[in-house]
Amino acid sequence: MEKNKQEYWRWTESNWRNPDINPGDVELFTVGIDVGSVSSQAVIAADGEVYAYGSMRTGSDSPTSAVNALNYAIEAAGIDRERVNYTVGTGYGRINVPFADRTLTEIACHARGANYIYGDKVRTVLDVGGQDIKAIHCDENGKVITFMMNDKCAAGTGRGMEILADLLGVPIDEVGDRSFAFEGDEPAPVSSVCVIYAKTEATGLLRKGWSTEQVLAAYCRAMAERIYSLVKRIGMEKEFAVTGGMSKNSGVMDRVMKLAGIERITTQWDTQIAGAIGAAIFGHSLCKNKKRKKRRRR
Amino acid sequence: MLANYGYKDATGDYFITIDTDQCDGCGDCVEACPVQVFVIEDEDPNDPLRDIPVAVVADDKKNKLKYECDSCKSSGDQVSLPCIEICNVKAISHSW
Repeated sequence: MEKNKQEYWRWTESNWRNPDINPGDVELFTVGIDVGSVSSQAVIAADGEVYAYGSMRTGSDSPTSAVNALNYAIEAAGIDRERVNYTVGTGYGRINVPFADRTLTEIACHARGANYIYGDKVRTVLDVGGQDIKAIHCDENGKVITFMMNDKCAAGTGRGMEILADLLGVPIDEVGDRSFAFEGDEPAPVSSVCVIYAKTEATGLLRKGWSTEQVLAAYCRAMAERIYSLVKRIGMEKEFAVTGGMSKNSGVMDRVMKLAGIERITTQWDTQIAGAIGAAIFGHSLCKNKKRKKRRRR
Repeated sequence: MLANYGYKDATGDYFITIDTDQCDGCGDCVEACPVQVFVIEDEDPNDPLRDIPVAVVADDKKNKLKYECDSCKSSGDQVSLPCIEICNVKAISHSW
């Protein structure tokens, strides 16, 4: 019995509050909830600025995950849930945010969120989530100009990486660094990034005498090529920013940047919450518009 | 906005692009398409602050466009597609 089997895919759940904002001074609290296939985030915005967030794993029940993520954020925020004026749901499971006033696509929310966390110079946003890849061009206001999304196949996504991490017994946070820690030349990319075939191919390579690091390198390279081939379709304009869980994986992202021949910009923010940030900020604009319309009607 | 709906797989790229700056949500494409690829949304889910209707590719169609659009494309020498033909503002294009 493997009672204490380590779960290598498991990334750290977290919540946070902005100490510079005094909730007493806030007029409008809006919430953005991004229910993804792998993770769920709730962001609480105070008059359009990020005030608190919670980020956790999506369970098998999406509506519960939405509520859990919100409660986790509320816990950090230390405010009464009644104070939330408007809620926007986004992400793969957005229809499962039953208490949302409005639902928006991740496309709109990630562009807006990237504009917030990376600044208004961002023109290309690449979001590599749990099971899809999105490439977006946006203007200085975070408004979408072009987008492309691929959610037909999980190759090159976060879920694929989780499975590989578990398979090789490498904690997911260490995959990036360890994928560069091999001797000699970079191994050729594996032939298939298909999540289903990953196990077969990885075991085969290990049996051939490859080190774990070499297998990681070959997979990261293959995932990078897959991601790059998708983004190339809409082009990579500077400044280039990456959101979603995969942006934390340097093993894949550094290789994408090398293929593209450009650098990505960095941020102190948790890139996994970009979609929820965008949703919360849109919530602020939508809530203000609603109030204005009501006033006009009177 | 150029909204690209579709996918890329080992056999090629299958994207329908809708230029939402041109699209006024008239709904002609919905009528013209024999396999209901298009739907009109009153609020653009990709552009929250826009307040006029817009055509989008239906969620249940976007990952099988190659097959859905085949009925209009399979004749080989056909140069125009009903959705492209009907659109007054030339907002629709296909990548394949």
